[in-house]
Amino acid sequence: MVFDILGPIMIGPSSSHTAGAARLGKVARDLVEGEILSVTFGLHGSFAETYRGHGTDRALLAGVLGMSPDDERLGQSKQIARNHRLIYSYVRVDLENVHPNTVKFIFVNDQHEVIRITGSSLGGGQIVITQIDDFSVRITGSEPTLLIQHTDKPGVISTVSKVIADSGVNIADMRVRRTEKGKLASMIIETDESIPVKAIQTLKDFAWIHSVKQIDPNGEAIS
Amino acid sequence: MNSAKEWLENAQAMQATLSATYMEEQSNKLGRTKEELLGEMEKRWMIMANSAQKGLHGALNPLGGIIGGEAFKMREFRKKRKSYSGSSLVNAMAYAFSTSEYNASMGKICAAPTAGSAGILPAAILSAQEQHEFSDEACMHALFTAGGIGELIAKTATVSGAEGGCQAECGSAAAMAAGALVELSGGSPEMVFHAAAIALKNVMGLVCDPIAGLVEAPCSKRNASGVVNAMISADMALAGIESIIPLDEVILAMKDVGDRMDPDLRETGKGGVAATPTGQRIADRIFGRDK
Repeated sequence: MVFDILGPIMIGPSSSHTAGAARLGKVARDLVEGEILSVTFGLHGSFAETYRGHGTDRALLAGVLGMSPDDERLGQSKQIARNHRLIYSYVRVDLENVHPNTVKFIFVNDQHEVIRITGSSLGGGQIVITQIDDFSVRITGSEPTLLIQHTDKPGVISTVSKVIADSGVNIADMRVRRTEKGKLASMIIETDESIPVKAIQTLKDFAWIHSVKQIDPNGEAIS
Repeated sequence: MNSAKEWLENAQAMQATLSATYMEEQSNKLGRTKEELLGEMEKRWMIMANSAQKGLHGALNPLGGIIGGEAFKMREFRKKRKSYSGSSLVNAMAYAFSTSEYNASMGKICAAPTAGSAGILPAAILSAQEQHEFSDEACMHALFTAGGIGELIAKTATVSGAEGGCQAECGSAAAMAAGALVELSGGSPEMVFHAAAIALKNVMGLVCDPIAGLVEAPCSKRNASGVVNAMISADMALAGIESIIPLDEVILAMKDVGDRMDPDLRETGKGGVAATPTGQRIADRIFGRDK
């Protein structure tokens, strides 16, 4: 459509190394519970080689601060992070067989939990989150996405899908992964519309659900 | 709408301009009114026009530091010296340089069709509006024509330098701008497509060879030459000169050339001027690989 050609509106210079980096930061941040105290960016491949010339470092940090790729404060993100007392650092990493534009975030939140998130910038501002801690995932952030961490036990899938169905929202895609039988599992659900806050609360009230995060491409993170 | 031929047939059937035909199609497809689409386009146009003027009054601060100050120099030159290319081309080049430099300086731009080629379309429309006093509404319509041409190229070939070289980025931007300029001047739909085809052919085979892999050089100069390409292609078409090869076939030829292009010549920074000793020295300086 016309605005795919005359767009996106973005802070330059590069849709993959700047706009995509900002989106990666924003989606990754939305996946973290609580307030973020510090973040380390592990830069792989082309991100590690050319980040200075593309402002990839500032764009990633801007995303973590909640800025969109068209936010004009993007270039000043380091100053803004210091004002917010967000600790940040950049390291070169070799993640082996991944996309050339890949970053591994290591977050520490206000519960002093460490959360590791890996994602790639695929070009044209498109991104994908591929790993959250021990879980392989595939989150593009272009559709409303629900990430649920829960105990692996029978009946979970049907209970969760019923809550979503009762809220009148249609599921577009659903994937379930677990670390070990009977231990922690994760569910990623892409939906056609955003899930109402009330339904998210209903899900959170189940004892076997540990966390629920919704990534809404058109809005703020709901947690 | 899958080809220029189909677009032209629809326009003839509706007895409408290409922009009106495309807007009608987009409106149906996206479920949004024409007023909504025009409003969204206007928002994008404000960003485009702003970026085309940011660099006119002095150098900005491009991240790689390879370029800087070109828009200002071009503008000063126009005031002080008699140019070879004439004041309208010099003016348009200054606008194109401005957007490129602003983009490289982490300024806000609207990709058209990409960030690296974002200077061409705004420069063409802004300078045309100044010179011919076209209404804002006419310019918004012309941007839809540009968008439609870009969509055709993206569907049939590619607008990405990594896939098709600079011919696919700055070539597509110039084709989009050329078509828009012809419609603004009241040229026929056939003339719009001749202009777009001529602009694409003028840079067929152009490689994407950014120094240090950054969107600075030779990108900014190819934006300046890109708007010139658009303007002269529009003038040729308006003069009644036709592209011997129809636009649909030119797009396929451009794709074929892009497919045959060595990966070193497609945005990897490993070929063309990026691979020269000077290009390599600049890359080493920027990425701290001084020996």
